[in-house]
This record gives sequence, C-alpha cells and structure tokens, in this order.
Amino acid sequence: MVDVPYEATVDVPPAEVPEVELYHPKSWWTQYVFSQDAKVIAIQYSLTATAIGLVALVLSWMMRLQLGFPGTFSFIDASQYLQFITMHGMIMVIYLLTALFLGGFGNYLIPLMVGARDMVFPYVNMLSYWVYLLAVIVLASTFFVPGGPTGAGWTLYPPQAILSGTPGQDWGIILMLSSLILFIIGFTMGGLNYVVTVLQARTRGMTLMRLPLTVWGIFTATIMALLAFPALFVASVMMLFDRLLGTSFFMPALVEMGQQMKYGGGSPILFQHLFWFFGHPEVYIVALPAFGIVSDLISTHARKNIFGYRMMVWAIVAIGALSFIVWAHHMYVSGMHPTFGFFFATTTLIIAIPTAIKVYNWVLTLWRGDIHLTVPMLFALGFIITFVNGGLTGLFLGNVVVDVPLSDTMFVVAHFHMVMGVAPIMVVLGAIYHWYPKVTGRMLDDWMGKFHFWVTFLGAYLIFFPMHYLGLLGVPRRYHEIGEAAFITPSVHTLNAFMSVVALIVGLAQIVFLFNLVWSYFKGRPSGGNPWRATTLEWQTPETPPGHGNWGKELPVVYRWAYDYSVPGAKEDFIPQNQPPARRALQGATP
Amino acid sequence: MAETALTTPGQSPARAAGLKGVAADWSSDQRAFKNVSWGKAMMWIFLLSDTFIFSCFLLSYMTARMSTTVPWPNPSEVFALEIAGHHIPLILIAIMTFILISSSGTMAMAVNFGYRRDRVKTAVLMLVTAALGATFVGMQAFEWTKLIMEGVRPWENPWGAAQFGSSFFMITGFHGTHVTFGVIFLIAIARKVWRGDFDHGRRGFFTSRRGNYEIVEIMGLYWHFVDLVWVFIFAFFYLW
Repeated sequence: MVDVPYEATVDVPPAEVPEVELYHPKSWWTQYVFSQDAKVIAIQYSLTATAIGLVALVLSWMMRLQLGFPGTFSFIDASQYLQFITMHGMIMVIYLLTALFLGGFGNYLIPLMVGARDMVFPYVNMLSYWVYLLAVIVLASTFFVPGGPTGAGWTLYPPQAILSGTPGQDWGIILMLSSLILFIIGFTMGGLNYVVTVLQARTRGMTLMRLPLTVWGIFTATIMALLAFPALFVASVMMLFDRLLGTSFFMPALVEMGQQMKYGGGSPILFQHLFWFFGHPEVYIVALPAFGIVSDLISTHARKNIFGYRMMVWAIVAIGALSFIVWAHHMYVSGMHPTFGFFFATTTLIIAIPTAIKVYNWVLTLWRGDIHLTVPMLFALGFIITFVNGGLTGLFLGNVVVDVPLSDTMFVVAHFHMVMGVAPIMVVLGAIYHWYPKVTGRMLDDWMGKFHFWVTFLGAYLIFFPMHYLGLLGVPRRYHEIGEAAFITPSVHTLNAFMSVVALIVGLAQIVFLFNLVWSYFKGRPSGGNPWRATTLEWQTPETPPGHGNWGKELPVVYRWAYDYSVPGAKEDFIPQNQPPARRALQGATP
Repeated sequence: MAETALTTPGQSPARAAGLKGVAADWSSDQRAFKNVSWGKAMMWIFLLSDTFIFSCFLLSYMTARMSTTVPWPNPSEVFALEIAGHHIPLILIAIMTFILISSSGTMAMAVNFGYRRDRVKTAVLMLVTAALGATFVGMQAFEWTKLIMEGVRPWENPWGAAQFGSSFFMITGFHGTHVTFGVIFLIAIARKVWRGDFDHGRRGFFTSRRGNYEIVEIMGLYWHFVDLVWVFIFAFFYLW
C-alpha cells in the first residue's frame, strides 16, 4: 500500500509531437530582442518592471523624507509630494506588480509548468511586451513634460484629477491615461495567451487538478484581469475625453478660480464605481499569483505536500469570483446608501473565509514539515506574517462603521501596504530566489540573500506597523505636511522620522539584492537542473536554463500531482510529476 | 508549435452528455474544451473581455442618461430623415441595422463554404461581408456628419443634455472602430483564402505557422459579436 504513489496514473506512452511549428529565431535580433520565446519575453517583462519599480522606490524615499523631516528638504514642495504619491502608487500596483506577476512569472512559468513548448501565440505574446514597454515609456515621460506628472493620487478621482489645482493638469494626466490604455491593450494580448495556454495546451496527463498552485493563481488572476481592466479602460477613455474634448462624463457643474466652467451634469461617483470595479479585483490580481507561488515555495521547502490542495484551488477561484462584488467598500464615504454599504460589507467579510482557509492550509503545510530555512522559505514565511497582519486590518476597514472614521488616514495606508505591497513583494523576492537557478543555471548567494531578507522583512514591518497607530490617532494620508494640531502628538513626529530612516535602510538593502542578481549570474555556484529537489515540471527540463521549445524531442508526460514530497516508502523525498509509477506499484494499483 | 492532440488516444471518443460531460472535459488532461482549437478559444475569451468593455460603456451612458437633470434629446426625432417629403423616424438606423444583420448572414455562408474548402465562394462571401460592413461604417459617417452639421458636439448639442453627444460619439465611434477593424481583417483573410494559403499550408509571415480554414470561422465569431453589440446599442441608445 505504501508503495503506491499518491494519485499516480497508469503508464501512457509519451505524446508524439510530429511537427514543431515554433518560430525559430533567425538572427540575434529575433533571438534576444524581438523574441517570440516566452522565456525571453518573461525576462524582458521582469527587467522593465523592475526598472520602473526602482523609480517608484526612489519616489517613496522622497515621500518618506518629506514626512519624516518636514520642511528640511526644499526640493520637495506640496505639488511634487502629490506627484510622488501618484506615480509611486500607479507604478507599484500596475506597472510593477501586475506586469511582474503576470507578464514576468506568468510567461516564464506557465509553459514550463504545464509542459508546453511555448505560449500558444508567441507573436501576440511578443507584441504584448512591446506595447507594455511603450506604456512604461509614456508613463516615465511624464516626469519630463511641462508641469510634470499628474498629482491626482493613484485613484485619479475626478473632478480634481483634471482641474487646474492639481499638478500635472497640462500633460501629466493625459499621458497617464494614455499609458493606462496602452497597458491594458498590451496586457490583453498577453493575458489571452496565458489563459488559452493553461486551458488548451497542457501536456498529456496534466489535468487542471494536477496544476501547481502557481499556475492556478496566475491563471485565475489573468481571467480576472481580462474582466476587470475593461472598466479601467472605459474610465480612462471617458476621462481623457473630459480632459481633451470637454465632455462631462465625470464632471459636474463647477466654479474654478471664480469662473463657471463649461462642464455640467457628469457624475464623479460613476468614475469611482468604474475605477473600483477594476481596482478591487486588481488587489487580487496581484494577490492570487502570490498565493499560488507561496504555496509552491512552502510545500517545496518544507518537503511536504500542500495541505488541502483542492480546497486551495477552490479558494483561489472563490476569491477571484467574490472580488468582483466587493468594489464599493472603497467608497463608504462617497455618500452612498447605507443598505448598499451593508451589502458590500457583507461580501467583503465573506471573502475573508476562503482567504483564511488558505492561511490555515499554509500553516498546516508547515506543521511537522521538514522545514528548510532557505531564502525562498524565509520570504514565504515573511509573506504569511505580513499577509495575516494586512488581512486582519482589512476586516476592520471592510466594516462601514469602523471604516468611516479610519477612511483617508494612515491606517488605510498601513493596511494596503501590508496586504498588497509588502506581502506580494515578499513573494516576488522569494520567487526570484527560488527560480533564479532555473533561469540562469546558477544559485543566488545565500548569505547576501539572508541579509536581504532580514533587512527587508524587519524593515518593512518597522515602516508599516507604526502607521496603524498613526492612523488610529487620525493622521491623514496624502498630506504634504501635517503641521501642528491637538491630535498630533509628539510621538507622531518621532515615529514619522523613525519610519523614514528605516525606509532609507530598506531601500538601500535592495542594492545588495541587485548586486546579488548580477554577481551570481557570473560567479554564482552552478545549480544543476533541480537544486531544490522540486517535483514540478519546470525543474525536469533536459537543459538548464531551458532551451528553445523547453523540452527535447518529446513533451513530458505527467503521472501525478505536483506535491509528492516525502511520500512514505519512496526512495527520495520527492517524486517528479513526470516520473512514471513503479511497475510493482502499478500492478498493485490497477484492478 | 503543433497543437496537442485533439483527442487522447486510448480514451474512448464517446463522451458523456450534459453536465457529466462538462465535468469530464474539465477534469481531463491537455485541453478543457475538447476539439476547440487555440485560436477559437482565444477569440471567445477575447470577446468575453470585450463584452465587459461595451457593458461598461453602455452602463456609463445609462447612468448619465438616468441621472441628468436636463431633458435628454428624443432619439426618434434626432435620427429622423426627410425622404421624398416623408418624415421617417430612425430610418437611417433601421437601414444600417438591416445591413449589418445581413452581413452576419453572408459571413455565416462564408464560414460554411470555408469548411467545404470552396476557395472562391468563401473569398467572395467574405468580401461581400466586408462591403456590407464598409457600407455600415459609411452610413455611420453620414449620420455623424449630419449631426455635426446640426450642431451636435461631444460637449454640447442644441436639444438638451450634453451627455447625449458625448455618449453618442463615444459609443458609436468605439463600435464603428470595431467594424472597421473587422472589415480590414475580412479583406486580409479573404486575400489569403483567394490565394489558396489554407490549401497549400503556406506559413504566416510573422508567426511561421500554417493557417487553415478555421480562421474564417474565428473571423466570423468576431463579426457576429460586433453585430450583437450593435443590437444592444440600437436597443439602448436609439429605441429607449
């Protein structure tokens, strides 16, 4: 009985692939630059996203400097402060996290993990990256146009987003909206690829219920993105018309600088609905791939099968579906009907159930596991802790009565940075340490990795945990200077200065990480094909890094689920997904 | 890359009917939609995404129309034409709708002849579809010109709520763009059919993949979708 590997199927011959219609690069340009290979596109996506993400990191330094030491830095005025928060938020949420998880990890891992040679439409996939790059360039260009980038806040609420009181009203907002439209077009091209690859291009034996949770997370997030980004697309188009043509979709009748404007009859609340119909699923578009990846990291590095695989899958799907009916919890203070708020508070709290199931399952996977405190595992553990923290404050903010006094305070900033800032970044970093050996064939340096983890994790906690306290005191967000008021205690200023110093240190620690990436590429220890002794298909490729077409002549055949770790009676503590069941066991298994 | 096998050898081709069949397909390996090619699956998912775009446009328009305090212009009057001394409401829109729905018919016939590998008839029917689509866009251009001559602008119009012009130009413009792209792709694919690309397995210029007549059906999916969207625009914008 113990000899029968869990869920192994009977022997089947490998899939014959008679004709490989891959696009074969003919020159250096089509191999490395205009490449149609998902792995190259993934690296292009990742590098671009990281580059623009570093810009956003520097912006956060600027904001922290101003908040920590108000009045000290003459080069940060109120307008610039607003521009910094806007660009920081927009870049981090959309151009870094969404692009990195779906365009980066999605492109690299989906074909390898489902046993395909490439994405189903490599040419469209290539276009996706180039349109994304264009969107990033348009976004970055706003730093150099007259008036600078928009300072409307990342939510871009009208009417202020396009009025002259807001910085970047000339060019910034126009380019920002154009960049978003481009991003959505580019993403759609990639997203269709990811979904169809998962649904229709799996290798033999790879059923949906044998997919690693990483693929489930990215797959569900992509479907959500394909349904949620349309709302942002429409909102962007309409606001662009309001700004350029003088239509009044979102603009009510207004007096500006003593002058009656031509606008009238539009609804700013309509924009908020459209924006958050996109914006809330967006939170989970970032979170679900993180959920998936962290499940695989925990299972691999604790040498134990994931606890409750089916529950995990259904929790991902349930969170994805529920996230489309909670959007108005971002709008409790918009003056909406209390019954409406009650409905959205209820759905919001219901989402906590599948999310809690996931957290319990991660912890139960760790329980009595053979935990290796490798760098990816450390980051995975860091994720669980920050995510639980951010998730619990989410329960506070999901309730109308609690949210109303906390709305627009630092408490909200602390909440979403914990839950969708730090937590997914933890997973991104852990995933980079985990898959870097597959991408380059070399291990990242362990010592630098551990240093990077402890500074980042403890630092991030020290930055964002005190913010809850500030929020409870009533310190508002998005204020250039909080000044002197009765509720601003001296501890607020002390904590603000403290957080700013920690933020600088955490930011600087990322230099160690970047150095590690470069140094290990040349000098790292060769990793071999499967350094973590993992079961999933990407570690079983004939070459490391995987060659063009991923697999040799034959596609792999999958015989089991992705989590055969520490199977009792098995020779090793992991059984790769493509290892056929042993003969003896097979005879026992088949009736 | 060759598509993974459409049916799994060693598995009985007979599939359970109804919900059991759906469950069996989704829990099977290789593909969730059996016998559906990658291209067709991609078009369906794209159309689902596009549905959300048009829904958002239409919902936004309806919100504006319901919440405006200024009277909304009467579409029957705005879109009326004087033909031979008769005042006929919505006549142009009725003709446009008729033309677009007819083009769906010719498209369906093109798909049929495509699967019979009838090169000439397929290409001709696709070109007829493209011509009908172009006629539709042309009539829309006429309608736009007429309204602009009467003083309708995205930001104002002589009869009432400014959002009338904004929504009209935005929604019909977005739909017209879809039709225009459809016409361009219809012509491009009709050319490939005519040249016999799908009979000789000629490789695509960018993708180096061999096409087949299924692309006609995928094109048809898009075209029927654009028609269906028009039905909703017609109902919600013109008939309301």
